[in-house]
Amino acid sequence: MNLSIPFCNIDFPNPLTVASGYLGVTGASMINCVRRGAGSVTSKTVFMEPRMGHPNPTVLTYEGGIINAVGLSGEGIHQASGEIAVYKKGCENPLIGSVGGKTAGEYAEVARLMDAAGADIIEANISCPNVEDEMGRPFACDPKATAEVTKAVRRATKKPITVKLSPNVANIGLIAQAAEAAGADAITAINTLGPGMLIDIRLRKPLLHNKVGGVSGPGIKPIAVKCVYDIKKAVKIPIIGVGGVTTGEDVIELMMAGASLVALGSALIYRDLEAFDLCLEEMRKFCRQENIDDINDIIGAAHEGN
Amino acid sequence: MFRHTLNSVPGQFIMLWIPGLDEKPMAVAQDDGKILKIGVAKVGRFTTHLFNRYKVGDRLGIRGPYGNGFKLPESADPNPRQRKRIALVGGGFGTPPLVFLAQEARKKKIEVDFIEGARSADLLLYLKEIKKLGVRVHVSTDDGSEGFKGYAPQVLEQLLEKNKYDGVYSCGPEVMMKKVAELASEYNVDCQLSLERFMKCGFGICGACCMDNTGFRVCIDGPVIQGEKALKLPEFGNYSRDSGGNKK
Repeated sequence: MNLSIPFCNIDFPNPLTVASGYLGVTGASMINCVRRGAGSVTSKTVFMEPRMGHPNPTVLTYEGGIINAVGLSGEGIHQASGEIAVYKKGCENPLIGSVGGKTAGEYAEVARLMDAAGADIIEANISCPNVEDEMGRPFACDPKATAEVTKAVRRATKKPITVKLSPNVANIGLIAQAAEAAGADAITAINTLGPGMLIDIRLRKPLLHNKVGGVSGPGIKPIAVKCVYDIKKAVKIPIIGVGGVTTGEDVIELMMAGASLVALGSALIYRDLEAFDLCLEEMRKFCRQENIDDINDIIGAAHEGN
Repeated sequence: MFRHTLNSVPGQFIMLWIPGLDEKPMAVAQDDGKILKIGVAKVGRFTTHLFNRYKVGDRLGIRGPYGNGFKLPESADPNPRQRKRIALVGGGFGTPPLVFLAQEARKKKIEVDFIEGARSADLLLYLKEIKKLGVRVHVSTDDGSEGFKGYAPQVLEQLLEKNKYDGVYSCGPEVMMKKVAELASEYNVDCQLSLERFMKCGFGICGACCMDNTGFRVCIDGPVIQGEKALKLPEFGNYSRDSGGNKK
């Protein structure tokens, strides 16, 4: 049974990657994810300059999943390049380098350096919902802004680029089309939902330091499935599906909606680093039951006949 | 001190939240089913704020417990001569979780040598409490203002030379713990250390506390780590990362 996926002309040993923001601060940590079964990894989003992010509490769980307002902390692309190099030296699996910026120009410059550091694919994170006080509405909320950033990154690198979109829009298909027309090779969807808020009722205060934060986890999986489905209908380029995936069945579901690769994030809370192996085993089991020889055959399967 | 219990074990930690300021990991110093204690020293912005702005009866946020905790040797031998014996090495502000560990060890009738080291006599925390626990207390200060003049690992070495131990447990400055781990390894004694790194989530997903070069997550794979394992981490005793992931 084949679980490997050709994606943007790169061979991914299995469809599982690590969602940006999870265990992607250091090279050693990303290698550890591959050791535990991930086919590839996605780095934490990095900007040009170091960013300390929001003070804690930044990441909290609730019964439906997670709420976070880390605030795009990172050591800046120059130091992060060292961590990417550590990963590339110790690991052959593809690395998706997530880049951020306050302007299209910054995205381009970080992308150029991320390319030079050795990332196999550049992911433009234009959809973080928890830095609005600082940066305004995410670029991913507007097709023109999406196209502007995509074009800038496109000019900065010859490597494949994927654009990470937000579910917090009226028509995600339109945004995906704007990215595709501007030169994106792939779409990553979705970033966190919201933002949302939790309040500590005894202290009578919002729990996150930033008060609001992006919502993720099993509760938002149906949103992720629907967004990936809509994007698949709207564009021809492949999709990295993200959002509330916990089991191998969830991975299959997102693939049937249209994803070629699927990122795990919140799964790590419920299943820790065993999540990768457990999901792969569940995917194999499903494929055996359904007589599927090649996992590529199920990508977009939910669209057939529609 | 909180009127609360989290059923934690020695070595585990909580995230302590000062609303509007920040949230930090703090080792549990006692959790007996009624009272939860942490030991906090006024050393930075967060702890200074805590001491200056908070008084008894005010509310703070806590979540946890997180992390793995220390493992004590199994011991219930009725013969006192066969009792297990452990050595604890607390350095400065690393002492609180070891007080909790010593309490639990005494409940299991394990013999305890408690070495407490500090820069000077006025920085010897919890000494009164430790003396009440029924443990052998050994004190060292860098300046000789109380007890042995020198460092806690030197005291440990003397003890390892004289006695047989079933475990060495340490929490404190990393350079001290490194020495403790090396000594334990030399004398072939099981060694457990409690590490500290900058944390965000506290439960293993964000990657802030991952150590080189294995990606060991201090919050969930630790904070307690086997001495031999720690000695293999190039980061141990050498550097750590801040909120942004910058090495320092």
